[in-house]
Amino acid sequence: MADNHYILVKTICIQYNIEPVFIEELQGIGLVDIITIENNKCLHKDTLTDLEKMIRMHNELHVNLEGIDVVFNLLKRVDYLQNQLSQTKNKLQFYENQ
Amino acid sequence: MNFIDYYKILGIDKNASESDIKKAYRKLARKYHPDLNPNDKEAEKNFKNINEANEVLSHPENRKKYDKHGKDWQHADDIERAQKQQNSRQQQGYQSYSSQQNSNEDYSDFFESMFGGSQRASGSRQGRNQVQFKGQDFNAELQLNLTDVYTKESQILTVNGKKIRLTIPAGIENEQVIKIPGKGGLGVNGGPNGDLYITFNIVNNTKFKRYGNNLHLDVDLDLYTSLLGGEIMVDTFSGKVKLKVAPETQNETKVKLKGKGFPIYKKDGQFGDFIITYHINTPKNLTDKEKELFSELKKLR
Repeated sequence: MADNHYILVKTICIQYNIEPVFIEELQGIGLVDIITIENNKCLHKDTLTDLEKMIRMHNELHVNLEGIDVVFNLLKRVDYLQNQLSQTKNKLQFYENQ
Repeated sequence: MNFIDYYKILGIDKNASESDIKKAYRKLARKYHPDLNPNDKEAEKNFKNINEANEVLSHPENRKKYDKHGKDWQHADDIERAQKQQNSRQQQGYQSYSSQQNSNEDYSDFFESMFGGSQRASGSRQGRNQVQFKGQDFNAELQLNLTDVYTKESQILTVNGKKIRLTIPAGIENEQVIKIPGKGGLGVNGGPNGDLYITFNIVNNTKFKRYGNNLHLDVDLDLYTSLLGGEIMVDTFSGKVKLKVAPETQNETKVKLKGKGFPIYKKDGQFGDFIITYHINTPKNLTDKEKELFSELKKLR
C-alpha cells in the first residue's frame, strides 16, 4: 500500500465516512479526478489533502459543492498572491538596505 | 490564569438563545476556519477560541456552570480541586487522544481548569485533528545562511523524533516552501503518510545584496583610479576577481559580471549576474601641494 499511488474510492468512502456519490459530484464539478484502474474507481493519493479539506468545508461549514469550488479557486489565488508578496518583500529588502 | 468571556468571543450577549449561539458560532467559523486561512496563526487562534466558546455555551450544563462560576472566579481553586479528582478518574479513556499532536493546546487553561478533560470527547473538533486515513501534514521552519544555499546543501532534520535526510537545491529563496512527500505523520488504516512542508528563512550573512538571482556589491574607487583607469581586486561569492577599471569611470557606474551571481534554483550550473556599483571616493585632508595642483587642474578646465 505504501507504494501505491492510487487509492480505491470505496476505501476512501469508508475511511472518511462519506457517500460515493459525494466524490462523484466532486468529480462532476471538476474538483477531483477519478481514475479507473481495472474497473476500480480510484483517486491519486496526492488529492487526499484537498479532499479532506472539501469534506471539512462540507461537513463543518455546510458549504455546498459550488461554494467549495469557489473557495478552492480563491485559495489558489491567495497562494499565488502570497508567493508574489514574499518575492516582492525579498526584493524590497534590497532597497531598504541601501 | 485569566477569566475568558466566551460571550464576548462569540459577539453575543448573556441572554443569547441556543440558536443565537449556533448562528454566531457558525458565522465566525466560516471566517476563521483554518482551511480558509492557510498559514494564518491569528485565524488559527481565533478558531480555537470560538470553538472553545461554542463548546461551553452550546452545551446547557457547561453554560450553566460557566454562568455560575464564571462571574466570581475566586472560587476557581475549589473547582480545580474537584476537577483534578475527576481527571484522574478519567485519565484512562483519554490516552489515545492525548497522543494526538497539539491536542493539549486546543483548550485554554481557563477551560481546562473549569471543565477538565471531560469535554474533549464531545467536541465537534475532535474529527479535525484526528487522523482518519492520510497522516497529518507537518510544517517546519529551517533557518539557513545565504552562504549555505549557494551550493546544494545536505541537512539532517529531526521532525517529531524522526531523522530526515534532506537535500536542498542551491539558490532557494527566502520564505520559499518545499514539500517533502510522505514525511509527515503516519497514515492510519493503510492510508498514506502526511507530507512535510518546510519554510526556509534565509539570512544574509554576506556583504553582497541579493536581488532574485543577481548579487550586488558597492565598490569604493579612489579618484585617481576612476580618472586614469587601473586594476582592482573585488570579492565575489566564488572568490576574488581582478577587474580592469576603464579610464574616466563615472560615479555610480555599474559593471555586470555575467554568471557570477547566485545559482538559479533547480537549474544546475546556471547563475545570475554579479553587479558592481562604483562609488568614487574623493580625497580628504588635502596638503598645500595637492591644493595647488588641483587649482592648476581647475584652471585647465
